[in-house]
Amino acid sequence: MDFSYTQEQQMLQEQCRKFIQKSYDFESRRRIIDSEAGFSAEHWALFAELGWLTLPFSEADGGFGGRAVDLMVVMEEFGRGMVVEPYLSTAVLGGGMLSALGSAEQKAETLPKLMAGELLMALAYAEPDSRYNLAQVATAAKGGGGKVKLNGSKAAVLGGDSAGLLLVTARESGALQERDGISVFMVDGGSAGVTRHGYTTVDGRGAAQIELKDVEVDTAACLGSPGQALPALESVIDRAALAVCAQAVGAMETLLRKTVEYSKTRKQFGVPIGSFQALQHRMVDMFMECELARSITVMAAMKLDSDSVDAGAKARAVSAAKSRVGRAIDKVGQEAVQVHGGIGVSDELDVGHLFKSVTVLDVLFGDADYHSQRFAALVSEDDPR
Amino acid sequence: MNAEFTAEELKFRDEVRRFLEAEFPAAMRAKLQADIRFSKEDLVGWQKILHRKGWVAPNWPKEFGGPGWSPVQKYLFADEMGRIGAPEPVPFGIKMVAPVLMAYGSDEQKRRFLPDILESNVWWCQGYSEPNSGSDLASLKTSAVRDGDSYIVNGAKTWNTYGQYADWIFCLVRTDSGAARKQEGISFLLIDMKSPGVTMKPIVLLDGHAEVNEIFFDNVRVPAENLVGEENKGWTYAKVLLTHERTGIAGVPRSKRRLQALRRTAAKTADSFGSVMLDNPRFRHKLAEMEIDLTALEYAELRTLAALSVGKAPGPESSILKIVGSELAQEMDEMFVELAAYNCLPFLPQQFEDGFQGHHIGPGTSAAAALTYFNNRKLSIFGGTNEIQRNIISKHVLGL
Repeated sequence: MDFSYTQEQQMLQEQCRKFIQKSYDFESRRRIIDSEAGFSAEHWALFAELGWLTLPFSEADGGFGGRAVDLMVVMEEFGRGMVVEPYLSTAVLGGGMLSALGSAEQKAETLPKLMAGELLMALAYAEPDSRYNLAQVATAAKGGGGKVKLNGSKAAVLGGDSAGLLLVTARESGALQERDGISVFMVDGGSAGVTRHGYTTVDGRGAAQIELKDVEVDTAACLGSPGQALPALESVIDRAALAVCAQAVGAMETLLRKTVEYSKTRKQFGVPIGSFQALQHRMVDMFMECELARSITVMAAMKLDSDSVDAGAKARAVSAAKSRVGRAIDKVGQEAVQVHGGIGVSDELDVGHLFKSVTVLDVLFGDADYHSQRFAALVSEDDPR
Repeated sequence: MNAEFTAEELKFRDEVRRFLEAEFPAAMRAKLQADIRFSKEDLVGWQKILHRKGWVAPNWPKEFGGPGWSPVQKYLFADEMGRIGAPEPVPFGIKMVAPVLMAYGSDEQKRRFLPDILESNVWWCQGYSEPNSGSDLASLKTSAVRDGDSYIVNGAKTWNTYGQYADWIFCLVRTDSGAARKQEGISFLLIDMKSPGVTMKPIVLLDGHAEVNEIFFDNVRVPAENLVGEENKGWTYAKVLLTHERTGIAGVPRSKRRLQALRRTAAKTADSFGSVMLDNPRFRHKLAEMEIDLTALEYAELRTLAALSVGKAPGPESSILKIVGSELAQEMDEMFVELAAYNCLPFLPQQFEDGFQGHHIGPGTSAAAALTYFNNRKLSIFGGTNEIQRNIISKHVLGL
């Protein structure tokens, strides 16, 4: 048992911290969000140059090792800065899916470009009615003559506004929520029949609602065995859930720090509001939530990286983390705004934006209640029956 | 960063498990099953078994007879103890007064007191709180006035857990009532409970049992050699003790075992809607979140232990272990009451005393649920209330 970072991880953390401090202050971030692309191509090139885009990939795939703990280090810092560049959508979701199911050929064609910062990807899995059920896929894939036609609607596709390559889940067979019959297809973002309604999310990311109307792809565009994509999709989403837990830990700690600092300078009734016990105890509760969130995120990251933990236990560990972090998010986000008072709900202060950011992180890949239920449904070794 | 134990650590865990399976007395297991209170003889007997193995005082350094374990070994030992429900040694001697004696006691005091603590020959209790000094402990008034080779002690201490069993009491007493700060006039004094002038009154708690007492000192003559360290430095020593007390206070092993018991009970308890509580969506959700919260707490504690093993002292942030650990334990008490429903109504504390011969009203130990719930409200009050713990974090961690 070892809770320390390796020297490499410490360097990575330092690198990310410096980037946020130097290039990602609140005003710079606002300009990035308001720009045409919605993210900074210059930053993206830097991510590639520093090797951050290789982190989620195994050495066999040409990456840095694909360790969850490395990902945790980066995402935590991204959380502090509320980074809007499409790291999660491209490197963790899109790249993760390709890495999990792609053939050697498919990988060779895409992953090097992704890691070089030349290819943006997005994973279109959610649908307007699916909520968090990954098996609920209504988008249809109908084959014939070496071609497949895709029809359906994809919701909340992170990075879907800018991605060059879309990975689309679609049902080849079976009923709406059946586990079997789901495939993932590579779809060029500019294909005929693909309509992207791009938008900015409440936390400043680029995303899209995507309509697929008779979109034709080769059968060779399918990743892995047809109809068998769900288990891989689940583990990719779990890894992304761990990533956003880490991001939330960074964001919540920043919220706590800013709230404590503000309470020491803001004076009412002639004294700093931080001298009031009613507020002190609320900030202590925020601190406790941050510590528990960090503890359980570390637990889940270590389990994901462990060879001696089976797939079921990994899924359970991620759900435990996402549930606990989700509950921490409610508390820390809301209390940060409350202690700030009026300025906390104004658009001009970063605190409100951190609040928006963590709120999105609770929703992404399943909120606290969803993950508590999933945790309960995944049978524990402690179940008495 | 990894969550794995080394092969040696796993071997150690197996050794502990085998030992506990073989040596934890069957009679105590039976009491545990039936929620019967352990007697002093039970506890002392068990501690002597642990002592013969050299394991009764995991937190003691080797030179004083501790096992010299790493933080991970201590964690594994506590975890295994909790798993089978073996009680940890009563803390007042081993965990509380002993570390103070090791750090600040004279060589003579160490020789005189430590071996009997280790061998469970002498039972200690704690004399901190007073009727008018609870959270504001430093306002304590019990006085010790120097008179030749002795102190004359007058005053009252309260909430003395197991005072009825105790041979000795370690007390915070006021030796300088004129000190500029109230913390500066306090000394740490060891008092023989058999001294003339010491009397005791049991305090019955909500569960009907008197596990705590009020202790009165009426012109009690205490040899000056029983002063620990320097006069008027007692507050500093007491604070050191409190930090030691806070690790392990999360009670994770015990809570893990109780969560298992909750599951077992829920599996055979009807939910009033045609199913059992274990499958009742709302209760199942609570069980899931309890397990998740315990895991978060366990890893928070492990992170603290890991910091200790690289030589960092347990900081004030360890206060969160006390707050969260007690709150989760109390939530579980509520869940036991929820499962017991009508069956929590009997106020029959005698059913859970050793040797009860009457008609037992059950089923099982459900009549203990409310009693335990009431009794365990103490968890967020003793050892520094959870509000005091929050004050500590606010001041020393957040700098407010």
